[in-house]
Amino acid sequence: MSEIKLQENLFTISTSPHIRSEASISKIMWTVNLALMPAALFAVYRFGISALIILLLGSLSAVGFEYVVQKLRNKPITISDGSAFLTGLLLAMCLPPAIPAYMAVIGSFIAIVIAKHSMGGLGYNIFNPAHIGRAALMVSWPVAMTTWTKLTTSVDVVSTATPLNILKLHGYDKLIDTFGSAPQMYKAMFIGARNGSIGETSTVLLMLGGIYLIYKGYANWVVPVFMIGTVGILTWVFGPAGLLTGDPLFHIMAGGLIIGAFFMATDMVTIPITKKGQIIFAIGAGALTVLIRLKGGYPEGVCYSILLMNAVTPLIDRLAKPVKFGARR
Amino acid sequence: MIKSFRGGIHPSDYKHYTEGKPIEIAIPPKMVVIPVRQHIGAPCTPLVKKGDLVKKGQVIANSPAFVSSPAHSSISGIVKDVAEYPHVVFGKCLSIVIENDGLDEWVEGIPLTRNWEKLNDTEIKDIIKEAGIVGMGGATFPTHVKLSPPKEKKIDTFILNAAECEPFLTADHRMMLEYSEQIVTGVKIVMKVLGVQKAFVGIEDNKPDAVSAMKIAFEGTTVEVVAIPTKYPQGAEKMLIKVLADREVPSGSLPMDVGVVVQNVGTVVAIYDAVVKGIPLIQRVTTISGSAVKEPKNLLLRIGTTFEEAIENCNGFIETPAKIIMGGPMMGFAQSNLKVSIIKGVSGILGLSKKDINNGNESPCIRCGKCVSICPCGLNPSMLSILGEKEMYEEAKMEQNLFDCAECGSCVYVCPAKRNIVQYIRYCKMKNTVDAAKKKEALDK
Repeated sequence: MSEIKLQENLFTISTSPHIRSEASISKIMWTVNLALMPAALFAVYRFGISALIILLLGSLSAVGFEYVVQKLRNKPITISDGSAFLTGLLLAMCLPPAIPAYMAVIGSFIAIVIAKHSMGGLGYNIFNPAHIGRAALMVSWPVAMTTWTKLTTSVDVVSTATPLNILKLHGYDKLIDTFGSAPQMYKAMFIGARNGSIGETSTVLLMLGGIYLIYKGYANWVVPVFMIGTVGILTWVFGPAGLLTGDPLFHIMAGGLIIGAFFMATDMVTIPITKKGQIIFAIGAGALTVLIRLKGGYPEGVCYSILLMNAVTPLIDRLAKPVKFGARR
Repeated sequence: MIKSFRGGIHPSDYKHYTEGKPIEIAIPPKMVVIPVRQHIGAPCTPLVKKGDLVKKGQVIANSPAFVSSPAHSSISGIVKDVAEYPHVVFGKCLSIVIENDGLDEWVEGIPLTRNWEKLNDTEIKDIIKEAGIVGMGGATFPTHVKLSPPKEKKIDTFILNAAECEPFLTADHRMMLEYSEQIVTGVKIVMKVLGVQKAFVGIEDNKPDAVSAMKIAFEGTTVEVVAIPTKYPQGAEKMLIKVLADREVPSGSLPMDVGVVVQNVGTVVAIYDAVVKGIPLIQRVTTISGSAVKEPKNLLLRIGTTFEEAIENCNGFIETPAKIIMGGPMMGFAQSNLKVSIIKGVSGILGLSKKDINNGNESPCIRCGKCVSICPCGLNPSMLSILGEKEMYEEAKMEQNLFDCAECGSCVYVCPAKRNIVQYIRYCKMKNTVDAAKKKEALDK
């Protein structure tokens, strides 16, 4: 047999390894979508059918835009992997419930077509697409983006502002008044009985989803812990009545911090890849959030702080490389 | 409490197929194909020609080089051919084909009985070299070389690598249960040659029966049997040394640089056979497994048995395998056909079905960071794969520690984007090696 007779049916050859785990992109993305569901459903319960319309339009139009872009670019269609749906859903959850529905669609267009696919698609985008969509809507329709639904925040007070708005415009005492008392405020904010964007209000449901993701291994505990921790510490240190007089609990539960820390700042594509880098990222995002909230013109800063940190992610990656085996002694 | 190494993964181990099955002596092969290269180092030159009669245990190929290892006939019979044949690692290789005469006659002088304690180190090393013993975990580095560290390297610890961290493989596991006396003597021989007092047997804790068998066997010796956490790649030399001896082999160095020598279970059994009984390395225990194999088994096979004949011992396949692997599924070599033969380093033959493989379509990296967190070598596999894709192999070497990659495959296993990271890394390494050779050539001119 000196001439190697090639059999008709040769076995497949490839480099090792020859077995792989069950992990897949679509599994990750759909799990994140699932983790957002409690907060999304709560939003529908609280803000009504208009919130449902925005959530559906936002996520489904994102999927539609992805399909069109990939069709036009002659790329494989990957709409079933859940990443476009997730972008649309996250964007919709960061919009005010009273926003005209067409704006949600435009936001999805910006998120998917400009922020994601113009960079090369999933894996190549530098900025969190949902936050780019939100930021674009914010500069285009600032009024619509800051008009809030009329909601009863406590038994007898009706408010048309978010807690952070009240804090910015009227101060901390007025904020407590709005809710009745401090414990009542914490309770309302924990459950989600307060004004705000569609999906950001319920601290408990968002944390439930976030912890589920960490448990499943699809999100890192490092980012939420360090980002929320930084916000807590800094808002407590730089309080309204001098050093160490702040209300960290309020700041942690207010605005988009919980959804941002658990779902936006953990977006794998746009954050550093090493744990060390992620800690730097999370502390930076937390510090910028506090800076914007306390000193900036906007009442809320989570969206911009995450986008700013996205911009320096490649630099952080260069700085925080893993230490190779056998290099420490 | 044993400190584990950084990173690592927990793949499904698939050991249930064969871990409970005693080692079975395979049906003598009708024919053996024995390559002249079954080891790392200089290839051997055939000492026989077509038509020669050979006996079992006869040297049929040898080399004068120090880093080399002779080949012996594993059966008695007639040499049918000396030519190029398929090879499990190199694709093809000069091989000696012997047809079995069914007599199974030993060459004169073996087997014998020897009192190893009366032999000196040089004699033992010579016996090991002449018996053609190489690292049988798969690396196939000549054992006598590994046992002869340069004088300036002071060796103080010997480690028996019994981790067997590759999924499917159970050969070492079974040997520990069935050949425990040989293992004890083999370890003592190695310790004598190295002149060390301290030795560890590192066994992954998913084999509790092997741990207790070894503990009983080594009772009253200075050898410490340790159950170590089950985690791939625990059986990688550097990881094992880190866990058992708490020493980190520096990047680019060898275990002997930190005073440690590691040998595999199969190797010490072969050392026992050679030193005590005079039997050269002509057979080995190999696991034949995978969900495409009808009756997975642990077989004692003659070196040179073709995969085809080996699998016949297991009654063939249930279904056409999607892949045939030599070795374990994480670091083994895929084979295109079954004409290849068992060489000294074949710890397993796997017939994997489609469901074992779980391949998917490769997509761009989503930077999930899983590979970075599990890389036991402390690298950024994601970045290496991207650099490979973009042909930026110099950057991979200079900035991403390309050559520190052990190619253990953990990153590919966990990757949700199904990226062929190890393939990109091998490509980068190859490109760099070719470039370095070209540069050297240009300089020489």
